[in-house]
Amino acid sequence: MIPSSYYLALSAIIFVIGVVGVLVRRNAIVILMCIEMMMGAAGLAFVTFSRYLNSLDGQLAVFLVMAVAAAEVAVGLGIILAVFRHKETTDVDEVNLLKW
Amino acid sequence: MLDLAWLILLFPILGVLINGFIGNRIGKKQVGRVACGAVGLSFLVGVAVFAALLGQEHGHTVTLFSWIAVGDFRIEAALLVDQLSTLMTLVVTGVGFLIHVYSIGYMAEDERYARFFTLLNLFVFSMLILVLADNFLLLYVGWELVGLCSYLLIGFWFERPAAAEAGKKAFLVTRVGDFGFALGVLLIFVTFGTLSYAQVFEQAPQILTAGLATAITLLLFAGAVGKSAQIPLYVWLPDAMEGPTPVSALIHAATMVTAGVYMVARTHVLFELAPASMMVVAVIGAVTAFYAATIALVQNDIKRVLAYSTISQLGYMFLAVGVGAYAAGMFHLTTHAFFKALLFLAAGSVMHGLAGELDMRRMGGLRDKMRTTYRTFLAGAAALAGFPLLSGFFSKDEILWRAFNSSIILWLIGLVTAFLTAFYAFRAVFLTFWGPSRVDDGVHIHESPRIMTTPLTILAVLAIVGGLIGIPHLSAIEGFLEPVFASHEAAHASGVLEWVLMALSAIIAIAAIILAQYMYLVNPGLPGRLSERYASLYKLLANKYYVDEIYLAVIVNPLRNFAGFLSQTFDAGVIDGAVNGLAAFFGRTGAETRKLQTGYVRNYSLAIVLGAVILIGYVILK
Repeated sequence: MIPSSYYLALSAIIFVIGVVGVLVRRNAIVILMCIEMMMGAAGLAFVTFSRYLNSLDGQLAVFLVMAVAAAEVAVGLGIILAVFRHKETTDVDEVNLLKW
Repeated sequence: MLDLAWLILLFPILGVLINGFIGNRIGKKQVGRVACGAVGLSFLVGVAVFAALLGQEHGHTVTLFSWIAVGDFRIEAALLVDQLSTLMTLVVTGVGFLIHVYSIGYMAEDERYARFFTLLNLFVFSMLILVLADNFLLLYVGWELVGLCSYLLIGFWFERPAAAEAGKKAFLVTRVGDFGFALGVLLIFVTFGTLSYAQVFEQAPQILTAGLATAITLLLFAGAVGKSAQIPLYVWLPDAMEGPTPVSALIHAATMVTAGVYMVARTHVLFELAPASMMVVAVIGAVTAFYAATIALVQNDIKRVLAYSTISQLGYMFLAVGVGAYAAGMFHLTTHAFFKALLFLAAGSVMHGLAGELDMRRMGGLRDKMRTTYRTFLAGAAALAGFPLLSGFFSKDEILWRAFNSSIILWLIGLVTAFLTAFYAFRAVFLTFWGPSRVDDGVHIHESPRIMTTPLTILAVLAIVGGLIGIPHLSAIEGFLEPVFASHEAAHASGVLEWVLMALSAIIAIAAIILAQYMYLVNPGLPGRLSERYASLYKLLANKYYVDEIYLAVIVNPLRNFAGFLSQTFDAGVIDGAVNGLAAFFGRTGAETRKLQTGYVRNYSLAIVLGAVILIGYVILK
């Protein structure tokens, strides 16, 4: 039986990779994928605790996370597509009109 | 009848309402009728009240309504109808009525006719409040209202800058005294806890210490000094001559300026407790009487001669009340109202006949062309001069006699002033009506219409016979006022001395008249030579001792500069600076902090991550 802490450590690693990816990458699609990774990490943590506590609540939350992620990808990709049509780029540093 | 005394107040205020609201629509004739009718009816009610009061020992209080009621503290809007206030009411409404009638003729051509009569009625109403008030607060209300009316009427022809300035000056200068008066009223309230005359006077001997009594009376007297144009606040009165002449006659000769004398007489119970204040009143009165008379000697503007004469005569009244001769002061107030109103109205009639000319150097020889005006002016001037058996003679002599009993020096000042008075009064008569005509060519000299000469005639009769109410030892007015001043009037120490003094003042008056005749008729070159010989003295008098200039330099200009500093430097620098500085501070802060909004998504997400880390770190490490 693999101890819960292994799962949690894996979840944390994936989450940090996602965070760093969001912060350092410039391609909007990669950023979106990094966000998906963070969501996935959160889902993994949920399932871990669900097993650890012998409760189904965690698994329920995972379904919610997956639904949100799907919706988010739909909206996010839509925005990226619209921006690309307009500016012919997916580089977020070039999409910086809303500033001082 | 006494309960109906409120009718005295009702009629003038009705006149104000009618003329004020529909005066411009009902035509000049109706406006004049309403205004005169209002004051006339007031006078009739006053006469009825007077008749009902004869033989009564005590005054009567008519409570109109409860004005202020806070806990135990109550102020009633109540009228005190006693001998003193009734006398004043008769003077105000009687002389006021004649002046109203005169104004119908005098103001006939003026376009703001209704406004004039509205203000005139408002003045009479205010003055009656002042006179009939039953407590200090109501007195103060009347006191301020007459000041307002005075301001509005002096500046009646406000399109003339001089008139507007004069109105402002009168208002501001009297304000100085009124401030003292207000403090006095407050001090009375703090000391007694009430403002009603009856209660204050009743408790005064027990409660007041000498120092407190002196403080209260001096503060009250400061108000009187402003309102009644005494040294050092007299400077507004000569300038007030910029107003229409009936206003000068009504407000600045007969009634409002005597409010101070009335107030001192009314509060004589308090003044009696402060001998030092009495002394101040008497000395200021005597000095003012002399001082103003010397200025009147050299004025060339006929109305200014009368204005300085008014200041001087008011000084006599204060001299009287200052030495405790209240009845004598009120007596002189009454006769002065007759003859000074007469002189002003007659001077107005001269102006009317000479197309507005005021300079006596350009008059002369009007005796035959304006017979009624001449005769009435002569009667007024003779009464003012104290010509034997005329009204001014009796009242002035009574004051001098009482002053003599109090202090020889005050009497001597009064006597010298009497000489000067007679001299300048007849100087005005001779320059205006006698001698060769110096009127500009082309001026059509004409006598004034009947509506103006009739009041003159009535006033002239009063000025001649008015003194009979106060003949020494048979004094009707003293007997009438006795219930008010009871036990304060020292018994007459009669004797040969009194008659000698009376004869002396008669001789002095006649001597002054003869001297004036010699200087201005027999030897007309003499005044000019004298003024050259004593040039410095003449210049000093002609420039009114430079008091206006001194006040301008010492008080007005520093204040004006200070106000200029406040408005230009302090307001712009400190007040506006604070407001603008605050706005600029936030403006700059915003300009700097908005740079945080870079537009780079990763900056924002970094902020989110850092925030989350800090929050979680806080929760874990707590």
